[in-house]
Amino acid sequence: MLEVGLSHYLVLAGLLFTIGVFGIFLNRKNVIIILMSIELMLLSVNINFVAFSSFLHDMTGQVFAMFILTVAAAEAAIGLAILVVFFRNRGSIAVEDISELKG
Amino acid sequence: MITSLAFYLFASILVLSALMVITARNPVHSVLFLILGFFNAAGLFVLLGAEFIAMILVIVYVGAVAVLFLFVVMMLDISFSDLRKGAMQYVPMGLVIGAVLLLEFFTLFGAWQFAPEAMGQVSAPIAADSELTNTEALGQLVYTKYFLPFQLAGLILLVAMIGAIVLTHRQRSGVYKQRVAEQFARKREDAMEVRKVSSGSGA
Repeated sequence: MLEVGLSHYLVLAGLLFTIGVFGIFLNRKNVIIILMSIELMLLSVNINFVAFSSFLHDMTGQVFAMFILTVAAAEAAIGLAILVVFFRNRGSIAVEDISELKG
Repeated sequence: MITSLAFYLFASILVLSALMVITARNPVHSVLFLILGFFNAAGLFVLLGAEFIAMILVIVYVGAVAVLFLFVVMMLDISFSDLRKGAMQYVPMGLVIGAVLLLEFFTLFGAWQFAPEAMGQVSAPIAADSELTNTEALGQLVYTKYFLPFQLAGLILLVAMIGAIVLTHRQRSGVYKQRVAEQFARKREDAMEVRKVSSGSGA
């Protein structure tokens, strides 16, 4: 139990991913918190990658963790930019108002 | 022993701060707890021997992404309590889905063991007696074997940067700006003319 193995890290990542999914349900109307939940889920994936990389003695996992960080940063930047533009046009960030954007 | 203790410390703070991120009433607190969580995740990465990823996590996530979140939360003038209304409606469903997901993760990851042949299929092994630091090893891999994906990652960042600027940039009306080209294109004839004024009559 006290010896920390791969399973500990994987369970931690699973716990974090579940918190991220639950956060989307809990803050269904608030886009900012939903974006933060997505960041949490991406972080849990990163923990998985780095844990496997460390326990398999394979560097590749860390390379891919870096790519995930890149995509996560780009996603946050674009998502928040869309949010700011939407707030400028509508004066609100509630998710149900965004459905007016269609067509 | 000390490693296990550090792992449990970092992991428990990470999970608690993740819970606070999704339950905090004030979104500013959410962002601050997100920052705390990223710091603890960076600690976990150091424990795993991935120092470079840990530093990138602190610099990119805490330094850029979380501060961007903080900036947006503070810039948007919204009543966040209105957004909370009716949110409880979907919580039972979320709890069920979360419980199922957690159960699956626990059964899958709880007793993870590598197949015997998995160790033989390592594509970029970290030698135990290697002189290279983590950053050097990562750099040697990123600039050789993963060169094209690395460049594409840079391209993604460029596209994201241009996209964010194009989206949020707006032309304001009623603002006076210096137009250098027009200033240079101005001739003497546009600005002044010489008139003959007969004496005593005025201009």
